[in-house]
Amino acid sequence: MDLMKDIITGICFFIGSLSIIIGACGLIKFPDVFSRVHAAGMIDTGGTAFFLLGMMVQTGWSLITVKLLLIGIFIFFTSPVSSHVIVNLARQKKIIPFGRKIGKLL
Amino acid sequence: MFLAALIACGFSSILILIRAILGKTTFDRVLALNSLGTIIVIGIALHGFYMDRPEFIDIAIVYALINFIGTIAVLKLFSSGSLGSFKK
Repeated sequence: MDLMKDIITGICFFIGSLSIIIGACGLIKFPDVFSRVHAAGMIDTGGTAFFLLGMMVQTGWSLITVKLLLIGIFIFFTSPVSSHVIVNLARQKKIIPFGRKIGKLL
Repeated sequence: MFLAALIACGFSSILILIRAILGKTTFDRVLALNSLGTIIVIGIALHGFYMDRPEFIDIAIVYALINFIGTIAVLKLFSSGSLGSFKK
């Protein structure tokens, strides 16, 4: 039973680490703010979800599980809000997307 | 297992810090700091599990709250020039 718990935690941590590293590489390689938001969303959803799931499986039923679930719910609701605010403000400040002409904004 | 996840968090946080240093506009830097805060929340929780003291989760909850408030405050200061004063 303990070995099964460790295997599930390892798989969850592997997927979470892969998602976080893919998001960080995308945050470096993409050319624009409007496309870097996708990589940041990759970090915020895939990374936190799988890491918190792995830690929940590891700790069993206790108060720590409720606190991990609280972190998960909070990040699940606030990550789209902050991404939307950043992109909306960049749109208001007239930042031109990659590959567009100067005259045509979106 | 927890050590490998911590190493992955450190590697990706170094990559995000590179983007936060050499980002062109302000929004790149704010986006990179938001992602860095999310990774630090995961890192605090993982460090608590690695040291067999899971009480660090309380600090992770507080860090998640402060990360969101800080992002919104920096963007509001950048957009309107003040943090909500009543004088025009």
